[in-house]
Amino acid sequence: MIGIISSIGNVVVFFLNETGKFFIFFLRILKSFFGRWYLRNIINQAVFIGYFSLPVVALTSFFTGGALALQIYYGGNQFNSESIVSSIVALGITRELGPVLGGIVVAGRVSAAIAAEIGTMKVTEQIDALKTLSAEPHSYLVVPRIISGIIMLPILILFADIIGIMGGWFIGVQSLDFNGSVYIQNTINFLEISDVTSGLIKASVFGFLITLMGCYQGFNSKGGAQGVGKATTNAVVSSSVLILASNYIMTNLFFAN
Amino acid sequence: MIDINNLHKSFNKKTVLNGLNLNVEKGNSSVIIGGSGTGKSVLIKCILGLIMPDNGKIEINNKTIFENGDYITPNKTKIGMLFQGGALFDSLKIWQNVSFYHIQKGEKKKFCFNNAIINLEKVGLDSTIANLYPSEISGGMQKRVALARAIAIEPDVIFFDEPTTGLDPINADIINKLIIEKVKDIGATSLTITHDMASARSIADKIHMLHEGKIIWEGDKYEIEKTDNPYVVQFINGYSDGPIN
Repeated sequence: MIGIISSIGNVVVFFLNETGKFFIFFLRILKSFFGRWYLRNIINQAVFIGYFSLPVVALTSFFTGGALALQIYYGGNQFNSESIVSSIVALGITRELGPVLGGIVVAGRVSAAIAAEIGTMKVTEQIDALKTLSAEPHSYLVVPRIISGIIMLPILILFADIIGIMGGWFIGVQSLDFNGSVYIQNTINFLEISDVTSGLIKASVFGFLITLMGCYQGFNSKGGAQGVGKATTNAVVSSSVLILASNYIMTNLFFAN
Repeated sequence: MIDINNLHKSFNKKTVLNGLNLNVEKGNSSVIIGGSGTGKSVLIKCILGLIMPDNGKIEINNKTIFENGDYITPNKTKIGMLFQGGALFDSLKIWQNVSFYHIQKGEKKKFCFNNAIINLEKVGLDSTIANLYPSEISGGMQKRVALARAIAIEPDVIFFDEPTTGLDPINADIINKLIIEKVKDIGATSLTITHDMASARSIADKIHMLHEGKIIWEGDKYEIEKTDNPYVVQFINGYSDGPIN
């Protein structure tokens, strides 16, 4: 019995310890936002997070749009509802699938890379070297990545939305014999600005979470290669889970009423 | 000048520094020797502000930088540091590494590049490597670049963490000679930690032996050969039998 209570106690202490560490890290970042901004680092990270993620996000979005069109068509066929394919593809992509799938793909690519890079810098004393050379590590490494994530994810997801809708259109026209111009007209008629903007706001939050978790895990990596590997895995897992959880909360906020 | 009084540092229940006292005179070169895991690196990191000590007092150039469990900021003393593994920034070119401090201060690119070349030449490297990345040069060259970066800021105080670790005897001797030369050139106070006795004998004006969180012996590099302190005798001769387990 004492063993069980002790185990529960250890889990609680571990959880509180990790929460405290994360909170302190978050406060340091907030403080760093009011410090020096390294513009060159922000630009470099914007290119890395935005430009170099575009191909994989575009492919994901295109195939998702296509698959969604097929699913709606075959599902809706029973009720003679082929006409709603274009509108549901547009809604599904802009409100949910574009930001969420795009976010998860970027989490896999960017969060892992950030954790690995900062983790390696930590275990090879490069972060200590930054401090001795009068560069505040949170300002130099974390703030540029978070700013780039917050700015670049919505831009990336805007492209993902367009490409996803085009994926639906392509499959609709090529495989389902829809009229291309009618499909586009239906999409334009049905889609509202708020559908797109809600997805872009979500993307911005995801960009924050992806870069934050990558930096946090990187800064807290210990040991050598094994520690960096663990940090990388934790960064991808935690940012993916946070994307899904925050997506639910935001969907509830935006569309519950 | 570096003056440390009654410095304590523990990690959980493990005491690493246990009331350590150390004094390094201005312009002198002191070396701390001691076995692996005795807290040599922790001591340097406490002085640099990379690890928070539990208690004690640290003064550099007569200015208190740590007292009563907290760092007193801002510390205006220019401090250089040569890390054990070099700690060069692998995403930056060699010249950007060497002039990193000046780049951060907003100096013009041309000045930073020329400054890097001058400092690379000081450590026996030529300008052909300036545009390479750290991974494209050898370990010995990386140590020299790290030394160039440490002296580029013209520090008042400079720390060397195991400067010869991982180098062959010839490169180790080159680094030792460069350290002596460059520290004298810039007139800095230096503190080196090492367990390489050849390096210690070469660099030191004064040697301090760290054991169980305290300095247990200190003297100049000639005295160390004559001492009958059993800890020092065991350490400098590399005996497995003796008071150090």
